[in-house]
Amino acid sequence: MSPPPPPSGGEADLRSAGPPEPGPDDHLRGDSGPLVIEYGDYECPYCAKTDQLLAGLPIVRVFRHFPVPSKHPRARTLALAAEAAGLQGRFWEMHDSLFGDQGHLDDPHLWQRARDLGLDLERFEADRRAPELDERVTRDFHSGVRAGVMSTPTLFVDGELRPGVPGPELLERLSSR
Amino acid sequence: MIEPGTPAPDFKLRDQDGQEVSLADLRGQTSVLVFYPLDFSPVCTDQLSIYQELVSDFEQRGVKLYGVSVDSAFAHKAFQERLNLTIPLLADFEPKGQVARAYGVYNDEYGTAQRALVMVGPDGVVKWAYCSPSPLEIPGANLIFDALEPTAAA
Repeated sequence: MSPPPPPSGGEADLRSAGPPEPGPDDHLRGDSGPLVIEYGDYECPYCAKTDQLLAGLPIVRVFRHFPVPSKHPRARTLALAAEAAGLQGRFWEMHDSLFGDQGHLDDPHLWQRARDLGLDLERFEADRRAPELDERVTRDFHSGVRAGVMSTPTLFVDGELRPGVPGPELLERLSSR
Repeated sequence: MIEPGTPAPDFKLRDQDGQEVSLADLRGQTSVLVFYPLDFSPVCTDQLSIYQELVSDFEQRGVKLYGVSVDSAFAHKAFQERLNLTIPLLADFEPKGQVARAYGVYNDEYGTAQRALVMVGPDGVVKWAYCSPSPLEIPGANLIFDALEPTAAA
């Protein structure tokens, strides 16, 4: 019996490894302060809460996709929508739009969001179905698995694993530096 | 907890569809018994959802996962449907927790299995076993991949 082909082709290394340092593929926000890498999912309400709590803190944020469609059926589609917006220079705008309203996540809502952000809609539609973007999302997911992410959101604060919505102690620590 | 190198204790449990699955059915493949406390508890939900996303990665390596908890086959069926799981779920229901006890991962205080992973080789011998220090701590899927390819593990 031969197993079905994996989404990305080839066998990904999934053994333990810390979260990768921010690279050219990553989405970064903020220019100074502690590095906070977030693994999140746009359909996850705790991730939206976390996003709200981290906004405006003096930190450097990296957002990586950790879609779990068996739990959140639209998760991967939404990650791909954000990446497709990113190809038109609007990743964080789409990110904010998705977390800002998790009640409207169907395709027509995505088209409306794309229009509101001034995106080329035809290109957006083609890009979000491109295999390269799907592979990119899978790379994020796999890097999270290797780093031991087992729920969303999971933050790495200066390399330290912090699962769940950040509590007052962590927020205090991040805002006072 | 059961030690690597020992023969896996025999078992015969019903899955979510009422089909019997026994240790003999696992011969010839590497299997991971994923012991977890209960269906529908939030932490288990994330654990099995994330393992589910990696099923094709496990299959590529010839590995099959089985969830095991003290819930009934009917609860397993509902849980599997809720989470869109294809991972079979085995009901360690009667006598309650007998298999978890045989593998040394039963928690008497909670009356459920502990959160533990037991890898059984194609020869029926335990290859690797891991028990989470607390039911709230989910063993990362990376630990299973480490156990599969130990020579190059970090």
